[in-house]
Amino acid sequence: MTKLQPLHLVFIFLGGLLLLVIVAPLASMVLATSPTSLLNTAQNKAVTDSIILTILTSFGGTLFFSFMAIPLAYIMARKQFIGKRLISGIIDLPIVIPHTAAGIAVLGFISRDSFLGKAADSVGLNLVGHPIGIAAAMAFVSIPFLFNAARDGFEAVPVRLEKAALNLKASPLKVFFTISLPLASRSIISGFIMMFARGMSEFGSVVIVAYHPMTTPVLIFEWFNSYGLNYARPIAVVFILICLLFFISLRLITKEKKRV
Amino acid sequence: MLELRNISKQLGEFSLHAINLQIKEGEYFVVLGMSGAGKSVLLEMIAGLVHPTSGQVFINGRDITNDKIQDREVGIVFQDFAVFPHMNVLQNIAYPLINIGYSTSEAHLLAKGYAENMSIGHLLQRKTTTLSGGELQRVALARTLALKPRFLLLDEPLASIDLQLKDELRGLLRKINRSGITIVHVTHDYEEAISLATRIAVVHSGKVVQVGSAEDVFNAPKSQFIAHFTGVKNFYKATFVEENSSLAEGKVVIKHYTSVQEKEGYLMLRSEDVIVSSSHNPSSALNNFEGELLDFFPCIQGIELMIDVGIKIRAHITHASVKSLDLKVGKKVWVSFKASAVKYVPHS
Repeated sequence: MTKLQPLHLVFIFLGGLLLLVIVAPLASMVLATSPTSLLNTAQNKAVTDSIILTILTSFGGTLFFSFMAIPLAYIMARKQFIGKRLISGIIDLPIVIPHTAAGIAVLGFISRDSFLGKAADSVGLNLVGHPIGIAAAMAFVSIPFLFNAARDGFEAVPVRLEKAALNLKASPLKVFFTISLPLASRSIISGFIMMFARGMSEFGSVVIVAYHPMTTPVLIFEWFNSYGLNYARPIAVVFILICLLFFISLRLITKEKKRV
Repeated sequence: MLELRNISKQLGEFSLHAINLQIKEGEYFVVLGMSGAGKSVLLEMIAGLVHPTSGQVFINGRDITNDKIQDREVGIVFQDFAVFPHMNVLQNIAYPLINIGYSTSEAHLLAKGYAENMSIGHLLQRKTTTLSGGELQRVALARTLALKPRFLLLDEPLASIDLQLKDELRGLLRKINRSGITIVHVTHDYEEAISLATRIAVVHSGKVVQVGSAEDVFNAPKSQFIAHFTGVKNFYKATFVEENSSLAEGKVVIKHYTSVQEKEGYLMLRSEDVIVSSSHNPSSALNNFEGELLDFFPCIQGIELMIDVGIKIRAHITHASVKSLDLKVGKKVWVSFKASAVKYVPHS
């Protein structure tokens, strides 16, 4: 065991402070909430409806956009072309845009005056205030998580294996589905869960696209605004527990076995 | 016949220039060159994984340069084997069979047969990440041979194999070749080339500098590169006589040490290991011959002598030794070298 230097002790102290900043508010919130109030909140229909809506819209949006994000991630991992950096930049853009601004952008894109809004309207669908609109707003801000993880996953698959598969008479489509995708799957699944979890916790863009029906982050805001901190706390705890569940499962999945 | 006509490829820092090769059906053809000479890319161009900048590839007179990878009758085994890590041994070998239309159960049945042929029948359910280099090599070979390719391309197949397994794998490669599959094998190891090749092509600085049998290439190297590359100036076809002795070129018995008991092979001796004296001096060296000095010519560090002792032996000595021994063309001299200085490479 190497001896700890005074410098290391200072670093450990600073690191401990940082952990405290994250853990202390969460712990105090959980400790300040009684089990009874948690149980009551978990049985409240408005709460359960919002949680179901949040999970379904985020999952639906993640699933839908993964059909576009994964193929693009593969192309970005394998091909060199002009404008590649530009595409990377565009994908990462939602990370730096304020989420309320992103909400305004999405709203403009799906409102009844827009091309997409008009098209949806013609089949009797109003995207604003609709779960599809919510899913779009969630996906808009969370897509970089899936895309970047998938691209990194594909980049880690040796090109040699794909070449060997081609030589073994697999079509490029078959190579993708039997070699590239399975070997990048851990990374893709972890990106999928990240995007899903990030979508669930999204407030800024969702509140602009759809105040109703209420997703859980919007409901927390609504209850806090109307009834105050004590009333909003139990629902916040319930929602955090649900997010934690996904976060822990993500950590378990990405705790990758070393592959040769 | 597999034919490369004027194949050129620009590859960043180095390039291949106008490569012309004709590989006959049934041959064991070795492409010999230093690491980074573009040998692997040459194989990938034959397999269609890399497109040449210019030139064409023909199989039996048919231009396949622009054919799809899947339509060529060419199987390639990569240096790192490229065995699929997410499949077990059986799934790896069955993979190409499923690709050409066999059902999973048929493919598995056939794959078991190929695995048995490669002596890996007991590894079928093993995860490939737990296999040794030699085992991975056999999986890769079985998988490629399952498609019955006419041409088998091997990229440094013995490079990541333990020394003790190399002989075994050489035997396996010869067996595959004898079964009628033409092999194109690239390597940087001249012993491997001598041991396996019907013909050798030497690639240097992006060009083919010589094509011929092992005797042609090592006895009459057409470039300084080959001579320097191996460092071996004395190279003889050898027939096994008895333990630790072989008959060189059918003329002179040379003593050497070997663990291999094969009838045919080659003997190699560095010119630096040959001692020249004006009379017979008893020493620990087992090989002592009297011969006639045929010629001497200067080389980078001294003089190279050509001495006829029944076979021609090249010896490398200093200018000072030439003077002190008073060497002249036609003079009788004694040549000696230790049995341990002689390298025997079997070739059947």
